Amino acid sequence: MYYYALKMLIGDRAKYIGIIIGLTFASLLITQQSAIFAGVMSRTFSFLTDVALPDIWVVDPQVQYIDDIKPLQDTKVIRIRGVAGVAWAVPLYKGSLRARLDNGTFQTCITIGLDDETLIGGPPQMLSGSISDLRRNDGVIVDTVGAHGKLARSGPDGTRIPLKVGDTLELNDHRVFVVGICKITETFQANPVIYTTYSRATTFAPQERRLLSFVIAKAAAGEDPEVVCNRIREATGLMAYTPAKFKELTFYYYLKYTGMPINFLTAVALGFIVGITISGQTFYNFTLDNLRYFGTLKAMGTTNSTLLKMILLQALIVGAIGYGLGVGLASAWGALLSGRTQIAFYLPWQLLLITAAAVLIICLSAAALSIRKVMKLEPAVVFRS
Amino acid sequence: MPDPTHTPPAQQIAVSCKGVTKTFGTGAAAFQALRGVDLEVRTGELLMLVGPSGCGKTTLISTIAGVLRRDGGECSVFGHDYLSMTEQETTRFRGEHIGFVFQAFNLIPTLTAAENVSTPLVIKGMKRKPAVAEAREMLRKVGFDERMLESSPVDLSGGQQQRVAIARALVHQPDLIVCDEPTSALDSETGRKVMELMRGLALASNRALIVVTHDARIYEFADRIARMEDGRITGIETPQRPAASASEILTTLKP
Repeated sequence: MYYYALKMLIGDRAKYIGIIIGLTFASLLITQQSAIFAGVMSRTFSFLTDVALPDIWVVDPQVQYIDDIKPLQDTKVIRIRGVAGVAWAVPLYKGSLRARLDNGTFQTCITIGLDDETLIGGPPQMLSGSISDLRRNDGVIVDTVGAHGKLARSGPDGTRIPLKVGDTLELNDHRVFVVGICKITETFQANPVIYTTYSRATTFAPQERRLLSFVIAKAAAGEDPEVVCNRIREATGLMAYTPAKFKELTFYYYLKYTGMPINFLTAVALGFIVGITISGQTFYNFTLDNLRYFGTLKAMGTTNSTLLKMILLQALIVGAIGYGLGVGLASAWGALLSGRTQIAFYLPWQLLLITAAAVLIICLSAAALSIRKVMKLEPAVVFRS
Repeated sequence: MPDPTHTPPAQQIAVSCKGVTKTFGTGAAAFQALRGVDLEVRTGELLMLVGPSGCGKTTLISTIAGVLRRDGGECSVFGHDYLSMTEQETTRFRGEHIGFVFQAFNLIPTLTAAENVSTPLVIKGMKRKPAVAEAREMLRKVGFDERMLESSPVDLSGGQQQRVAIARALVHQPDLIVCDEPTSALDSETGRKVMELMRGLALASNRALIVVTHDARIYEFADRIARMEDGRITGIETPQRPAASASEILTTLKP
């Protein structure tokens, strides 16, 4: 009977396509919006992802997330180096400085100041130049997205000329030289990122009493970073996090204190509602149109459980097709735009499962109404003309 | 064509109803469709149920076919009483023992003629391919050629659709066939051919046919005619004998 159930479904072309379109749209919207949300959220802690070497981040106890900078005294670095189990600890500056462009406009840049001696905390991938070039006078490394985008120069004909090694920039009234171009994980703010040394960054930065953003440290071999973090907290009164904990703190801050989850959830809910409405109603109409035939099958001896399975099969088949098409389109969209734009698109397998569950719920809800109608159908209906 | 030499074969009781009642609705809106129906149908017999609209004909065959539960009285079909069966048992019994022919044919439009005819066999548990093969055989018996076997019902004429419906009612060899107004959607000549087919192919010594009809033109095909009025059988009569052999009927039906 299941083959006939599928023929009944596919034979009604208009409704079949209508149901598939509804489910595809729902699946596409749910996957795409979730993937953008996941992409945006992963960018909130992209700096933590890029600075892979340390396994301990020490910050002011009031810090709520990675970009919530509350500067520390420079002496804290020495204090942390003295805590048992710390292999090394270095300062790290992170702040926003203004770069003056050749056309006279200003662009805010995220500036990272690396420990002058070790240059720990540098970009994960150099495209030209090397990190050690930062030791050259007034040297800075610029991220490639910034170099090709917001920091690019304007040619005589209006074309954008990417910033390259050897070019100069004016950073907070200080002339700096580009000594390297790097590739980093895209940032949440989408501002250009400039790497330089800690001492240079703190010279460029507006003068404040304290300028040390983070102390990044490494637990000694054989030491559990979590345990070392606790020791640092007890010894210094500062907060110390492992990268995973700091990412979690940042992630939940954005989740809790920004409107992003609501916005994305609204779009996801819209996809879900559209799916339920279009597909559910069309599927229900399909069942209503076929009620006479379900009644006929019932009269001829088809049991309710077989009819139930037939309807579920119909719902699951359109669900599977709609899910596949929707996820495929969302993936293609993501793949197409990810390389060409700065769109945040991250599609882990967990999101595919979430979309599958949502589409399954849509299908089962759509089928539930139809099943109820068919189960309650009196087979005697077949004798009504 | 009437056949005065026709004699019914040895008969057993196929359907036995005594004092069957059925009421729809409750309270002031209650409507008693059957008010104590007594009826007996034997194997090898084609019984027609006739009467004005709303007299209870369809309610009675629905009750006999097991698609509607009676409220009172006794009714057995080949010795089985639906009230003593669960809903699932009743459904299975219908699938095994009863064939249906509907006024509006009720052929599934997205299936081919052969697939439509195969459905009772598939419902009984037969695999699709042998079921369709058997259905094709049955369709040939009702006069379908190879080309028409794979036609969609919507591409067939009313008479052809009713032949598919008859083939579907016969293919699983049921003991009882109930037909609701089988000729009302057909013109006079096609209606006669359909009834000739019913008598020639469907009627058998171990099978009974009950035909609900308004169509006086086909009364002659009945072995007995039960007249209904206001939910009761008001009389049973025996018309002029019809019938021709199945081979004669099929000759006239060849497209």
